[in-house]
Parts: sequence; C-alpha cells; structure tokens
Amino acid sequence: MEIEQLERIASQVRRDIVRMVHGCQSGHPGGSLGCTDLLVALYFHQMELKESDDSQPIFDMSGAGEDVFFLSNGHISPVWYSVLGRRGYFPVPEMATFRKLNSRLQGHPTTHEDLPGVRIASGSLGQGLSVALGVAMAKKLDGDDHFVYCLMGDGEQQEGQVWEAATFAPHHQVDNLIAFIDLNGQQIDGPTVKVMNNRDLGAKYEAFGWEVLHITHGNDMAAIVKGLQEAKGKAGHGKPVMVLLETGMGYGVDFMMGSHKWHGVAPNDEQLAAALGQLEETMGDY
Amino acid sequence: MSSLPPHWGSWKKQWAIIKPYVALAGNIPQPEIMKKYTFTEKKDTRSGFGAGMQQLGQQNENVVALCADLVGSLKLDAFIKENPDRFIQCGISEANMIGVSAGLAIGGKIPFATTFANFATGRVYDQIRQSVAYSHKNVKICASHAGLTLGEDGATHQILEDLGMMKMLPGMTVINPCDYNQTKAATIAIAEYDGPVYLRFGRPVVPIFTADDQKFEIGKAWMVSEGTDVSIFATGHLVWEAIQAGEILEAEGISAEVVNIHTIKPLDEEAILKSVAKTGCAVSAEEHNRLGGLGDSIAQVLVKNTLVPQEYVAVDDSFGESGTPAQLMEKYGLTAKDIVAAAKRAIARK
Repeated sequence: MEIEQLERIASQVRRDIVRMVHGCQSGHPGGSLGCTDLLVALYFHQMELKESDDSQPIFDMSGAGEDVFFLSNGHISPVWYSVLGRRGYFPVPEMATFRKLNSRLQGHPTTHEDLPGVRIASGSLGQGLSVALGVAMAKKLDGDDHFVYCLMGDGEQQEGQVWEAATFAPHHQVDNLIAFIDLNGQQIDGPTVKVMNNRDLGAKYEAFGWEVLHITHGNDMAAIVKGLQEAKGKAGHGKPVMVLLETGMGYGVDFMMGSHKWHGVAPNDEQLAAALGQLEETMGDY
Repeated sequence: MSSLPPHWGSWKKQWAIIKPYVALAGNIPQPEIMKKYTFTEKKDTRSGFGAGMQQLGQQNENVVALCADLVGSLKLDAFIKENPDRFIQCGISEANMIGVSAGLAIGGKIPFATTFANFATGRVYDQIRQSVAYSHKNVKICASHAGLTLGEDGATHQILEDLGMMKMLPGMTVINPCDYNQTKAATIAIAEYDGPVYLRFGRPVVPIFTADDQKFEIGKAWMVSEGTDVSIFATGHLVWEAIQAGEILEAEGISAEVVNIHTIKPLDEEAILKSVAKTGCAVSAEEHNRLGGLGDSIAQVLVKNTLVPQEYVAVDDSFGESGTPAQLMEKYGLTAKDIVAAAKRAIARK
C-alpha cells in the first residue's frame, strides 16, 4: 500500500473521530487525532493480521499467529474504533453508537460487549504495558514469533505501574514487544512539563534497558512507516523496543491542534462543520 | 427431621427441659449425633496450594505461575524446579504481575498470580478490577497469609477486607478452603474452571481433617456435620473451630449443624436455606472483618428468604496486631468458644 493511500484512510479516520465525538457530545478527540497516523500505519500496513480469503480480518481473542495491538491510553478509543471498523472488524455504521446506551463502543474500550478487535479493557491508565508483556510472553512460550504492540500516553508515564513493567520487560528479555509513547506534551490539566514533568523519557527507558527509537514527525505517514520498520529491525535482539512518537494533539483540525483544551471536549455543530471542512471524505462517512 | 413445624424453636426449648425424662421413656427420636472429626497431622494451607501447583505443573502445560518475590512463602519451589520455563518472577511489583497475568490469559495460558493476600487484593484492586474482572480473564489470584493468623507481622500484612473486595467484583469467584487437603483440591479445581478466581489461604499449621482424595466442587457447600438446633456456616481456618464448637455444644445437649462454605462466591444459597429450614438459626464464622465478608453474604440470603436470626463470628471492624496466631484468634474472638457463645445467642433469638 502506498503512503498516499494510507494518508487518505487517515483523513477518513479523522472525520470519523470528530463525528463520533460530536454525535454523543463527549469523548476525547485531541489524542485520537494525534495518534491517527500511527494506528492507520499499523492496521493497514505494518501488522500481520489473521484474515479470511477475501481479506476480511478474523478476530481471535488469543491473537495466536498474528500481531496484536493494545491501547493502554483507552480514552483515545475513537481513533481505535474507527481504525478497527474501517479495517473490517465490525460494521462501519456501528460507529454511530459510540458512547451511547447498549453500544459495543463503550466510552473506554472493553471486552465486556465482545467488540471484535479489543482484547482487554483499558481506561484506568498504566495497565496496558503489563498486559502486552503477558501476551508477548505467552507468544514466546508458544514459539509464536509475531509482534505485540502497545500504545501509551505521555501523561500516562506518571503512573507507577508503567515503571514496574518497564523494569520487568528487559529483565525477562521480552524482545517481541514494540511499545509507543504518544509524546504530544499535553494532559488534562495542561502541558505535561507543567503538570508533572516526565523529563527525558528516552533516557529513562534506555537506562531501564530498552532499545529506544524516536519518530520526530509522528503525523508524517512516511516517517511513521520508516520508523516502524526500523523498530521491527531492533526487535528480537534481547531487548524490548520503545518508540517515542512526537505527535500534535488534535492534528488535522487547526483549532484543536497543540492544546490540551481539546483533550476531552466535543465540538459543537459549527465546530464540527469547520473540522470536516479540513478533512477530505475518502471512504464515505458512516 | 427435615420438615419442622414453625414453632420448632420453642418446642426445642421445651424438649431440652423434658429430654432427661423422655430419654428414660425410650423410643423417642434423639438428635443425630455429631460426626466426629479427628486429625493425625497439621499442615499449613499454603502448603496445600504448593502441592496442588506441583500436580498442576505435571498435568496441565498451560498453567503458568507468577510470584512477587515470595516464592518460599507460597510454597512454589517444587513447581519452579519442575517447570522453570513456566514460572515468571515478577519482583516486588504486584500491579505489573496482575497485568502480565491478564496478558498471559489472553494468550491462552492459565496464570496463577501469587503473593500475600494483602498485596494480592487491596494493593492491586484497580488492576484486578479492570484487567481481570471487567475483562473476564482466566486469571487465578492465589493469596497466602490471609487474615490474623499471619501473626507477628502485624496489621500491615493481616488483611481482613479481602473477601469483601473480591466478592464485590462482578464475575469473580471467591474461595477460602479450610485445610491442606481442601486447599490442594481447590487449587487443582480452579485450573479447570474458565474465569477469574480469588483463592485465599494461610500461613499457620492447622489440623488436616478433610479427605486427601476429595473432589473440590466450586460453589458447593460441604456438610461437615448434621444437626438440628443451630447452623454454623464457617469458612477457612474457622471450620476447624466450628467443629470444636459443635462438639462442645453437643456435650451441652445442643445439636449444631456445621457447614463449610469454602466458596464465598458463588454462594451455595440452597445449602444455607436447607440448613436453616431445619435449625431455625444461623452463625457465620470467618477470619475476616464483620463488614463485607461471608457473614454479610449469608445475611443477604437469610433476610431475603427467611426470618431466621443470625450471629456473626468475625473481626469487629478493626485492624489486627502482632502476636501469635492463637493469641490473635483469642483476642479477636475467633475461637471455638466464641462460636459456642454465638450459637447460644442465635438459639435464644429463635
């Protein structure tokens, strides 16, 4: 798949995100827009997924024999739901049920409603990396050489459990794990450096024994694809891999970009129209 | 003696008075004599867990053990020696251990996450809630050193709230076996069950009085001894105390029914209701806070279905302290004589 095609998918995913959040007047557009390019690159280009003969994904909870992805910062569920739906895990029109009563698309991802593509609940921060490690170790026990991916937020790095997992992974040489931190520099109460300065996360993970990579243009599809290929090359050599992905919160919608104010706020009708005006409809809105 | 008139309680009181005389008359049915339980050996329930894990290691290649720097205390040495690749040392990082266990369960393994009860529940409640219970992962949380009988380490380690926290989680199975053999059988049984389980056991050596070849049925109460005057529903270390209490009561002419509620959730409501239909009053006995434990689960069943009085033998909403297990059981009111007193209070309220 060409980079341009991935970018066209990303544009539709961004439309889905703002429409979903607008539709229920709640949810988290900022981080979702920022991580859109990564998730599109993973699910439409980099991940090896179980598929039927007509290229439709087949969801299997165990993830045996395929790459698996975990979203630890579960509040950016809109981007994951859109990517899963567009990839074929569930019907695209179901996006209209996001955060509404009796929906499988809960505010934060859950297995409780059996939504294909989701393997664990996330939302209470700091837990996803541990879970991803468990799956990666199960793969090693079974001789399955596929990758386990895990995305975390940068604010999430303030959770203590993350550092328990960060210590554990190199000790047990979990080198089939590729983790990401969405470095958008924002959290609910303001810029991360002001709320609780994480300082040099790359140096921290290196000191803990990880292989650390930087993708400085985390909303540039070509840079992401190149970075992911590099990350895979680093995997399998005794160390877990951490990718620091510098993104813009709210990327793609000018008035949402670069501010923590759109972390968990939905656009009104006017703002929605303005946002959609900046995002080309490439796959048909749900 | 299974269907009794509603005025049974008062009839029983009258009968106690006239019993010496009617016994002389002969041909009058006596209450069944309490089954005698003896023991030749004492062992800690955690060793029963270790023995169960060793057997599981040999039987089920999907079983994986995890521990947070307490391998010796959890009696995992044999499992680790025989299955080094299926043991994951997590260090002193219980939150991560719960998450890794959830991940292993996703990957088709049957993880047994082990540490002290305090660190296996209260410390990691949110991790269990989100990654295990809400996500319904097949994780077995196996907790030793529960309750006061941890002893000298004191209240920081003596959790008395764990049953309550775990039973409140939707979908969580909660088990508190009573001796070495039952703990071993329970350990083996939970590997066969697909879903999250909290298995609670302890540190002190206690009598082994259940069969070594027993089959453990999750959610099925065990009738220890039949009786007619009072039902004693006991769990964990308190089952042996309840048996002792039953013998003391029998010597005083009171027929106690002792029921082992090893599974707190799902609770065997049928066994509880059948027993109180016969006896007309209940005592709950547990090494746990009075609030939120087995007693409260039984009370819910009784209040919804009956007018039967219930007395609690439990820690009266307090923390523990340092001391020997025996001293602590005495001070916090968890001995056979406390159960006897509670039984008499319950009978008086009929």
